[in-house]
Amino acid sequence: MESNLKPFSETQAAPIAELRGASKHYGAVVAAEGLNLAIRRGEFLSFLGPSGCGKTTALRMLAGFETPTSGDILLDGQRVNDVPPHQRPVNMVFQHYALFPHLTVAQNIGYGLRQRRPRPPETEIARAVDQALETVRMPGFGPRRIWEMSGGQQQRVALARAIVNQPKLLLLDEPMAALDKKLRREMQIELQTLQRQLGITFILVTHDQEEALSMSDRICIMRGGRIVQVGSPRELYDRPTTRYVADFVGKSNFFAGKVTKVAAGRTELAVAAGRQIAGVAPVDIAVGQTATASLRPEQIALSRETAGQTVPVEVINRIFLGEHTEYLVRNIDLGDFLVLVSRQAEASEGGFEPGDQAFASWTDGAALILSDD
Amino acid sequence: MRIYALAVYLFLYIPIGIIALFSFNAGRHASQFQGFSTQWYGKALSNPFVMDALTTSLTVALSSAVLATLFGTMAAMALQSVRGRLRLAFDALIYIAVMVPGIVIGIATLIALVTVFDWLNPILAAIWPLADAAPKLTLGYGSLIAAHGLFAMALVIIIVRARMAGMDRSLIEASADLGATPWGTFRQVTLPQIFPGILAGFLLAFTFSFDDFIIAFFVAGSQTTLPIYVFSSIRRGVTPEINAIGTMVLGVSLLLLVAAQAILQRGRKAG
Repeated sequence: MESNLKPFSETQAAPIAELRGASKHYGAVVAAEGLNLAIRRGEFLSFLGPSGCGKTTALRMLAGFETPTSGDILLDGQRVNDVPPHQRPVNMVFQHYALFPHLTVAQNIGYGLRQRRPRPPETEIARAVDQALETVRMPGFGPRRIWEMSGGQQQRVALARAIVNQPKLLLLDEPMAALDKKLRREMQIELQTLQRQLGITFILVTHDQEEALSMSDRICIMRGGRIVQVGSPRELYDRPTTRYVADFVGKSNFFAGKVTKVAAGRTELAVAAGRQIAGVAPVDIAVGQTATASLRPEQIALSRETAGQTVPVEVINRIFLGEHTEYLVRNIDLGDFLVLVSRQAEASEGGFEPGDQAFASWTDGAALILSDD
Repeated sequence: MRIYALAVYLFLYIPIGIIALFSFNAGRHASQFQGFSTQWYGKALSNPFVMDALTTSLTVALSSAVLATLFGTMAAMALQSVRGRLRLAFDALIYIAVMVPGIVIGIATLIALVTVFDWLNPILAAIWPLADAAPKLTLGYGSLIAAHGLFAMALVIIIVRARMAGMDRSLIEASADLGATPWGTFRQVTLPQIFPGILAGFLLAFTFSFDDFIIAFFVAGSQTTLPIYVFSSIRRGVTPEINAIGTMVLGVSLLLLVAAQAILQRGRKAG
């Protein structure tokens, strides 16, 4: 609470870590290219993308396991390109935890503290280890062996082993990949709570968009070794700048076409068979360029009467999702697309059955006109 | 097929079984059993020539095993970072060293050592301050330990490397990430992880040297190891005393091999 009263100072505004044009090449293979990113103090940031997109390389450059081929890595304003991992004040939770099998749980957690010079007294290490076990809700597990632990417990021990060192950055390399779905959800909530409680900057690498959306303050979406877009989950959902991001974050309908008209805040796209879709282009696109219109299923309304920008459709399929119903509809020109209708809207309009004829409509600003890459 | 397999095993193990059996023979004939007795074990252990040979064998086996384990482990670790063609070449050389017949290694080592000694001895004599006290390099303990150590090193490299390959590389990264220096990581993580391999390698190296006759026969010079003693005694006829020595060597070797195997198995489970 006290920290809220402090004046907003320079040090708080300065990023805790930075990638400045960081690239990593392995011979002709480009793992990461020109990464620019400022990591904010105390935030929960995720690197999101499919395997091979460079997210793990970015994380390993921050940890010090990879040296950038060009560009710089900064920690607290200091260039750390040539600082080896054991001298960096960052800690990592490894994908398969990498717990030392020949040590007990307590010895694993105390490992980092024992490497410090001067070495802290054993009583102090024991106290810190107990506290870390308490934090990950595993009190009393200190004397156990690693192979006696379940996957979820090993995950907590790995977490405790990292946070006990109070690192400037906590790096998490797909830490939930080996857990089953229910346990994963639990751990996600716990990680989030822990991050708020400790105030440590967390950096998560994941290919699971749901995980990134639900946990992160900001998400850095990567593709082919480059950063595509950085923003809060809401920003990425509402204002993706490329089709790739719109496709990766949440569900969307895409209609490919050619830009015919660009006016203030309104771009028109000619899609199949002379149909036009008008929308907002977050990134400027010139007339004549190919582009894609993105329409989220919940932004489309389904009704029995025509009004505004509408297209006639036939209902193909219906999936009941509780508060919403998802319809798959077909238009002769546009093809198949999804419409999400809320229970409320359905109550006033009446439900639709497969085979019904209806009209799909959306407001003028709903569609996003996105460049194709 | 079963009968053939049985015949093969009988053919292999019956002679060994007979040696063990006749070592407990009360009479002094090697061909007829005249009752149970352990007298030949007592005779063998009180024979000064046998004890001399045993001391030589143990000294050589222990020294060569220590050297082979030390340098073999170091080589295995260094080979971790060697890649490509060079790695293939090293791998081939290591496996060849294990597969070349002992007699070839024995003759080759003998010729090489004798040639080198012929070169070095005059030089040593010339540069030594006291002309008469100049050391003379000859075959003996040194050449035995060197020849056995070199051969056993290949065994140790193979075993330690297999153990390293089974080790999770991210453990080393985790150790560095937690602030351990490269030496600290080696001491606290790598060594405990590969220790079962090192220990098993040591036991195998020891067993190999303790049992070896062929290489030792060529490079022992005036020294007599236990297998060489057994060989030279046999020319005077097989006595139950020889059987007793053979049975003891067999027992020790089997014990060490089983121990090495058990250590590797247990290490696999824990690691």
